[in-house]
Order: sequence, then structure tokens, then C-alpha cells
Amino acid sequence: MIKDFFLTLVRNRKSLAGLCILAFFVFVAAFAPLLAPHPAKADRVVTTRLVKAETGDPETVAEGEASDVREVETYRVTTVREYEKTTDYFPLKAKPGKGHPLGTNHAGQDLFSQLVWGTRVSVSVGLATGLFVTLLSLTLALVAGYAGGILDDVISFFTNVFLVIPGLPLIIVIAAYVAMKGVLPIVLILGLTGWPYPTRLLRAQVLTLKNRDFVRVSRSLGERPSFVIFREILPNMISIVMAEFFASSMAAIMGEASLEFIGLGNVTVVSWGTILYWAQANGALLSGAWWWFLPPGLCIALLGTAFVLVNFGIDEISNPRLRKR
Amino acid sequence: MKYFLRKLGMLAFTLFVSISINFFIPRLMPGDPARALLDKMEGLPPEQIESVRAAFGLDTGDSLLVQYGKYLGNTLRGDLGVSFSRFPMPVTQVLRIAIPWTIGLLALCMVISFALGTAIGIAAAWKRETRLASFSVGFFSFIRSFPYFWLGLIFIYFFAFKLRLFPIGGAYAVTETRGSAAWWLSVLRHGTLPALTICVSSIGGWMLMMRNNMINVLAEDYITVALAKGLPLRRVKALYAAKNAILPSVTGFAMSLGFVVGGGLLTEMVFSYPGVGYMLYQAVNAKDYPLMQAIFLFIAAAVLVANFIADIAVMILDPRVRDGAA
Repeated sequence: MIKDFFLTLVRNRKSLAGLCILAFFVFVAAFAPLLAPHPAKADRVVTTRLVKAETGDPETVAEGEASDVREVETYRVTTVREYEKTTDYFPLKAKPGKGHPLGTNHAGQDLFSQLVWGTRVSVSVGLATGLFVTLLSLTLALVAGYAGGILDDVISFFTNVFLVIPGLPLIIVIAAYVAMKGVLPIVLILGLTGWPYPTRLLRAQVLTLKNRDFVRVSRSLGERPSFVIFREILPNMISIVMAEFFASSMAAIMGEASLEFIGLGNVTVVSWGTILYWAQANGALLSGAWWWFLPPGLCIALLGTAFVLVNFGIDEISNPRLRKR
Repeated sequence: MKYFLRKLGMLAFTLFVSISINFFIPRLMPGDPARALLDKMEGLPPEQIESVRAAFGLDTGDSLLVQYGKYLGNTLRGDLGVSFSRFPMPVTQVLRIAIPWTIGLLALCMVISFALGTAIGIAAAWKRETRLASFSVGFFSFIRSFPYFWLGLIFIYFFAFKLRLFPIGGAYAVTETRGSAAWWLSVLRHGTLPALTICVSSIGGWMLMMRNNMINVLAEDYITVALAKGLPLRRVKALYAAKNAILPSVTGFAMSLGFVVGGGLLTEMVFSYPGVGYMLYQAVNAKDYPLMQAIFLFIAAAVLVANFIADIAVMILDPRVRDGAA
């Protein structure tokens, strides 16, 4: 079922484009250690070189590129070996150039490396939250839609109530009370506030499917509810569930970036949102450091567009009217 | 009438839930909420801590239920406590300074972007075969994916910092006398970039929603009939298609309101625009919890009331709802 669904997605031009962008970011996130030239918070490169030994040949132990600021110290490890340790500090707020393709920030940290490492945090928080929201709302939708009766009334009522309470102010107020250790609190906060809209859509779908003939037949034949739900209803909801997953992930990435930009995230973690936070806090804008705040936002927008494109594809697949004639 | 009463009941209940959320958030946090809140206020003068205790009913020895009752009473009377950062001003008074700016900015932007987005959506659906239409769909979905605050940063950088066309932040020129013509002009100049940010970010949503509704409606039989009858195209487009397609948009308007308001808050933060959003930002940074919670309550109430108004608009626009059939 899921395989069929992905095959249809790949055949649609829009969703294929979206999936490619998404795959690119997932690739960057997965291989961040290989792609990033420096650790996320490195502001210097230390080179240790053997300058004098019995053999006489200089041997480099670790190496990095040179920069404006350099400290050299020589020390002996044994009586016969002498090392030279060179510390090259990265320039501060440097324009993009050799050694730093996206420049550096106020602390001399390489922004390209930060962007790559930040991709890892932002993408994983986004997808994890998306998954969390989807599972939560799917469970609620199945319970409400399938069980019906008072359970449905209660769940639907609360869905409608929380649907209209504005999300961002609520998230901000909750986040202000929570001590942000790591990124898990963000996933929880965004997840626990993001469920109403998907729940409503998914529940409507469960209701439609529940009244289809094939489901009615198996129910009247006395199939177990678990069979009807997992074998008959769920497989027919894959496209809408995936659409909700992508939409929730996009909302989560935006929400994460917003929270971190305000300074409510964990600002010691390097992510797209916190790069923007530090840029704003250090006056990147008014010192004209465009290389600092431009790339993270572009990444967010690009990833957001990827999710939108995939969902366009899903819409076109499930709603023939939207398809090009 | 039944519809109206049901919506009114929903409004009352959602307001009640928001007020309750506001009460329970600090108490649901891990650990001892009262202690945690007081710990966070370390270094504040004792009279401020006392005011928080009073406002939140913390450490008073009352049971949760009694605290809740007191809180509900206070909230209904409009007493939301005293601001820490602007001690001893009551938060409602602090909030009152910010509200006109936000309402002015957001209301204007929402009307503009809803009207423009809907118009573009109608056109894009009507001429969906053209290149321009498919381009605009792609373009607006890309624009929509920009975080509001980031778009604001870009606008500040290009239009305010590089080109020096507009001021960098704030809402008015402090050098002008309040209320004079020059002051109003400065208000316009200061408001342009924030308004542009909100409009540009939110227009895509309306446009895409309207386009999809419109495409669905255009596939209906009565449109084919209208065209076959040889009715003027413009008449079919406006009265047959758009009029029916706009209903889900009005409902969607209510749904997206919270989202746009959220974006508006972030935009204010970027532009230091002295509205509710920027105040929320300041409150968060100053750990001014009473102010923060009052702002949440205000925004929630405003959005809920706006939602209610949108529901009433649907009632007026949609005869099925009006006559109680749906």
C-alpha cells in the first residue's frame, strides 16, 4: 500500500520535485559530520606540527587553513621531539570567501558548518514533530470516527475548541515556562498544540470510509474492529495521512524556527532558528551581514516549499478536478 | 437563530477554555509550579513577588479549586494582575497602550491580503491553463513558505538599511507631535514595511484556497449549463462561480486567523512595532509572566470573537445555514 502510494507520488511532477528537495535536506542532515568542514561551534583551527625529530622530517599531525589571527607555540614532548602548535582563529563576521563559503558570525564560527549542522536539528525536530502530531491526531480521529457516539462528540467538541484558540501565542506562553534542555521540549510543545486541525480532517475521512459499502459489509459480517480499522479503513487513508504528516512537519519547522528566533528555544543548540536568533541579537542586519541571516531562512522556505509541493501532488492525485486537463 | 445561538455558545465555551488554559499552564509545568515561578523571579523586589503571589494565587495555602475560583472572578472583573517589568502598572493598562497598534496593522493587512489573494485566486482558477496562472501558483506557494519574521528581516535589510526608503523599526517618529499631520505621515511610513511583510506572507494562503474552491466549483454542472446558455463570461465568473467558491474561504478565513495573527505577532517583534506582539516579546524577555498571560488571553479572545463574526458572515452569505437547513 505505502509502496503504491510512493509510486504515484513519484509519477506526479510536483510531488517528485518536492520529494527531491526533501531527500536533499534529509541527506544533508544525515551526513552533516561529513559535509560540514568544521564542528558547529568551532571558531579556530589548531594545527600541530612536528618540527624537530631524530629523522628530521617535519610531520603534520592535524591541519587547517590559515587566517588573520594566528598563535604559534613551540613545545617539547620528549627531549628529541619538538612540536609547533599553530592556532588559527577564524575572522569575526567575515564575508563569504575562501575557507568560509558562507562567512562567519560574531564569534568567528563558520556559518556554512552551522547551517549544515543546523539542518540536522531543524529537519529532525520537524519530522519528529510531524510524526508525533500525525500519530496523535490519527489515533484521536480513528477513535472518534470509528467509535462514534459520545466519545466522538467529546473528541470533536474539544477539537473544535482547540482549533480556534490561536496556536503561536499559546506555544510562546508555554515555552516561556519550560526550561529548554535539548530539543525534546520543543517537539512536545509543538506536538501537543498541533493536533486539532489534522484530527478534524482525518476524522472526517474516517467517517466517510466507515460508511462505505465494503466497510459496512465487513462490519456486518462481524469482523473485529481492529481488522476493520487497520486492514480496511487505514490503508485507504494513506494519502490523507501522509498529507497531514507533511503539513504538520512544515508547521513544526516554522514553529521551531519562530520559537528559537524569539529566544525561547535552547539557544545553545545550533539550528536554523538559533542562527537567526544570534544574527538578530548581534545586529547582523544593521551591520549588513546578509550572509548570516539569509541562508537559514532560504533553507526553511525551500523545505517548506518541498512539503507544499508534495501535498500539491497528493491533492491532485486524490482530487481529479485539480489535475491539469 | 439556532445556528446563531450554537455559535454564541461555542464562543462562550472557547473563551472559558482559554481562560482556564491560562490558569493551568503555570500549574501544569513539571515540578512545583509555585516554587518554579518564584525561582524564576529571583532577584526581583519582594513587593513584586508578593504581587505575583496575589495575582496567581500561589503559595497562599488555598486549594487549587479555590485559587481557580478566585482567578476566574478576577479575570471576569478584568483584573489580570500587575506587570513585573512595568511595576506597579496593572497589565490591562499596559496592554491598552499596545492594542490599537496591533488592531490597526493586522485588520488593515488582513482585509488587503484577503481581497487581493481572493481576486488573484479567482483569476488563476478562471484562466488556469495559462502559463501565468501556473507560475503564480508556484510563486505564491514559495512565498508562503517564508517564515514571517524572516521576510521582515529581509525587507528591513533591503528597504530600510540598504535603500533607506523606510524606517528600521518603531511605529511613529518620536520627533513629531502626536496627532499632527506629520505624525500621521510617519505612522504610515513606519507601518509600510510591517504591513507589506504580513500581506506578502498571508496572500498566498488566500490565493491558493480560493483557487482550489473555484476549480471545484467550475467543474459543477450548473457552470457548464450557464456557459452553454451563452451567459456573459464575466457574469458566470463572478455570480455563478466566485460567489459560491468564496464561502469556504470565509470559513477558512476564521481558521487561518490564528495563523495570521501569530505571523503578525512575529512581524511586530522584528520591526519593534509597539503592538501586542512586540509587547509579548518584551514580556518574554523580561520574564513578565502576568503580562505574558494577559497578552495570551487578549489575543485568544480577539481571535475567538473574530471567528464568531466570520461564522455570522457565513450565516448571512449562505442561505442553507441561514434557513437552518445545515
